[in-house]
Amino acid sequence: MPALQWKKTRAAMKPVNKKKNTRPNKTFKSEFKRRFDMWFLQHMQAFIYSLGQYAKYPVSNLLTTAVIGISLALPASFYLLLDNVRLVSSNWDGSLQITLFLQTDIDEEKALVFTDKLKENKTIKETVLIKRADALAEYQKLSGFAEALDALDENPLPNVILVKPAIEGMNEAETESLIKELEAMPEVDSAQYDSQWIKRLLYLLDIINRVIIILSTLLAIGVLLIVGNTIRLSIYNRRAEIEITKLFGGTDSFIQRPFLYSGLWYGAFGGIIAWVLITVSMQLLSEPVKQLANLYASNFQLIGLGFRNSLLLVAIGIALGLVGSWISVKRHLKAIDPV
Amino acid sequence: MIRFTNVNMTYADGNEALRNINLHIAQGAMVYITGRSGAGKSTLLRLIALIDRHTRGQIIINGQNLDRVRNRRIPLFRRHIGFMFQDHRLLNDRTVFDNVGLPLVIAGYRHQEIRKRVQAALDKVSLLPKINSYPMSLSGGEQQRVGVARAVVHRPAILLADEPTGNLDPALSWDTMKLFEQFNQVGVTVLIASHDLDMIKRLQKRIITLKQGRILTHAGTPMEENASSNEAG
Repeated sequence: MPALQWKKTRAAMKPVNKKKNTRPNKTFKSEFKRRFDMWFLQHMQAFIYSLGQYAKYPVSNLLTTAVIGISLALPASFYLLLDNVRLVSSNWDGSLQITLFLQTDIDEEKALVFTDKLKENKTIKETVLIKRADALAEYQKLSGFAEALDALDENPLPNVILVKPAIEGMNEAETESLIKELEAMPEVDSAQYDSQWIKRLLYLLDIINRVIIILSTLLAIGVLLIVGNTIRLSIYNRRAEIEITKLFGGTDSFIQRPFLYSGLWYGAFGGIIAWVLITVSMQLLSEPVKQLANLYASNFQLIGLGFRNSLLLVAIGIALGLVGSWISVKRHLKAIDPV
Repeated sequence: MIRFTNVNMTYADGNEALRNINLHIAQGAMVYITGRSGAGKSTLLRLIALIDRHTRGQIIINGQNLDRVRNRRIPLFRRHIGFMFQDHRLLNDRTVFDNVGLPLVIAGYRHQEIRKRVQAALDKVSLLPKINSYPMSLSGGEQQRVGVARAVVHRPAILLADEPTGNLDPALSWDTMKLFEQFNQVGVTVLIASHDLDMIKRLQKRIITLKQGRILTHAGTPMEENASSNEAG
């Protein structure tokens, strides 16, 4: 029972010239409280001490933090960009849609009948008729060619039917044959299958998403290395202090605590810098984007990080800082002389 | 207090630093360890503090068999030991107060308690006015006394000093040794490694002489020896 024996020894080794026990430990409860107080006190000391160390070398620490901040800001802003693109494209949705332009001699009544007739086709799920008058009104409103259109004697637009195929994931051949079938109908002038490019866009977004994941991983590793290396240097610089601390009975957790907290500060401040960078960039972009959106008659606005994502960004920074410093501490503290 | 039985210490590189050491130092004793450099003085102190582990034999410190102290427990074990070094090893970026208070911070004392004890320790080495100075602004002798204060501030049961007077002139060396005697008088077991044989002889304490890792002589006033063993009993 080494533990029991140890307790005895500790009691025996109590300093001999101690007049009275300054840390009474009568009951389990008070002993627990004393330990908790000590634990808390030492954490607060390390917390504040590491912040003090940070403030002691502001320039080099700020440079390190800036590098971490940029490394975090890059993937975060890519994600944000992707989010915005997705938001734009979600309006068009990925679902396949065929646009049928009817012959101009088909009037609204005939068009309505034809729309209903199409629904009987098993491969068609839904049809929506856009009447030529409605189309003109909308076009006048949105295109900015209102006056030019007013000058025309009659409505140049045909009736249009939007056809949604019954099967969501129709393959190319099936879609092609449906389009051919529809085009062959006498009422139809032409059929347009306009979701092709949306599909391409979605695939492209998927690729970009993966690129961002790979890039984020690399940059996260970069942050780990930056923090790890910074902590390694500070362990090296404070070698004398660590040796003395070990000699006077500092436990491993006592010694590594300030370094772990340093990692936390690097990560937290890096996260905050990343947040500032992104927020400023968004501010710079928002006005031009708004103007562009206006041209497309959209009231689209850039979405920013938002509260939750901002917290997430700082949390990721803290996590990376902690992990980086932890790896470094585990590797380099062991190498210092007194075990 | 300290008992070595057939202790051998061979470093990883094959250097046999200590050979078959048998030794008993009673609680409250003051012992000088002498010998040429390389004789094993430092190794002896390192084994007691568990900085290195002996390779054969048995070491018992205050009833605790060092073989049974697991690595995880070493920090707690060391809190009962005070250290002094030849090159004092103060932290130059911290004030005298922070340097002396370090062992108490490690042990988790509260700030008021730390301040009280640091002041008391500095008072004993007559350096209280320098409490807020930095080590670099002190003289060599003063730095060494700060080292003494740090070594005793946590009231250790054992004080280990490795060549504590190596860099000091004879007068300062004598003062430092007298300081150690004062701590010894209040019950601290003191082990001092030193090659300054002339001075040690004048101090009239037990002397252990090492040569090439073995105990060469075991000199000391018989009275002292008896007194020590009585105290131990």
